[in-house]
Amino acid sequence: MTVQQSDLKLDGNAIAGLLREIFAMEMTTAESTCAGCSKVHAVGQVEVYMNAPGVVVRCPACGQVQMRIVKGGGRYWLDLTGIRSLEFSA
Amino acid sequence: MARTAVLGRLEWQLGNVAELVQETPRVASLVLDVPEWQGHLAGQHVDVRLTADDGYQAERSYSIASAPEEARLGITVERLDDGEVSPYLVGEVRKGDKIELRGPIGGYFVWRGDDDRPLLLVAGGSGVVPLMAMIRHRSAIKSPTPTRLLYSSRSQDDIIYRAELDAFSAAGDGFTVAHCLTRMQPPGWRGYARRIDRAMLEEVGWPKPQNPIMFVCGPTPMVEGVAGHLVDMGFDASSIKTERFGPTGG
Repeated sequence: MTVQQSDLKLDGNAIAGLLREIFAMEMTTAESTCAGCSKVHAVGQVEVYMNAPGVVVRCPACGQVQMRIVKGGGRYWLDLTGIRSLEFSA
Repeated sequence: MARTAVLGRLEWQLGNVAELVQETPRVASLVLDVPEWQGHLAGQHVDVRLTADDGYQAERSYSIASAPEEARLGITVERLDDGEVSPYLVGEVRKGDKIELRGPIGGYFVWRGDDDRPLLLVAGGSGVVPLMAMIRHRSAIKSPTPTRLLYSSRSQDDIIYRAELDAFSAAGDGFTVAHCLTRMQPPGWRGYARRIDRAMLEEVGWPKPQNPIMFVCGPTPMVEGVAGHLVDMGFDASSIKTERFGPTGG
């Protein structure tokens, strides 16, 4: 079977557990504003690639990398450069 | 561990395998007693963690199949032959075994049952699992929400929950199921015999004025195809919730 890059694409639901570890709350209903195109999406809707050494999150509208998350050696490394803002319930 | 509790993080807990149901040749349901389970919403999932003798750990996410009203927690797992976790859960695990899990997880792809808009559920393969939690929840709370399931499987033998779906459909309380079989159809098959396309969604789905909510779950290409058709048909993207399954190692 040939695996296409598009087949490896998942969505924010797939990292709900990982985000819960980091933020200590449910994050798939949070809304993120893309730093590239300013569109707003629920975190459950964003594109997620988990076949890299870390997790790469991209904007479903413009493809901008929004988040990169690496977990290892008892530490998290979180790059949120591509997200302008995250809004979620208190 | 005390620190994680203070931060409100999910703790790993043990579930006792109370029952195993072989749903299809490749798919099994595990019914678990989880003493510390805090309850869930239909559509949420759990993370399952296996630990090898040498300490190596593998984690996978599985949708919850049981309704929130059920006493036990059900998950349904498809065996991926080269997977690290699913071949254990489908085939090796036995009644009485303990499984490490945490949850419930997720909140975007959920149906609470407190909304009277009609539901269109579209499933590809084991993508039916979180939708089954919604269907069981609907039945448990006696919700009058008109609900249609469009469910694509490879063959008749691959249809998960077939008898239970037939029974829900026969109950005559506003739930119907339309099957499509993409690879192989039995003689005399009267359902669809092709992949889900726009014409099928127009036949099975709700007209736009009825303002339906739609949940689509399955492999990524199927989910994106269906969501694209629904948007082309004029439905607002905010009324379409999607969840993609992928070959992430099983």
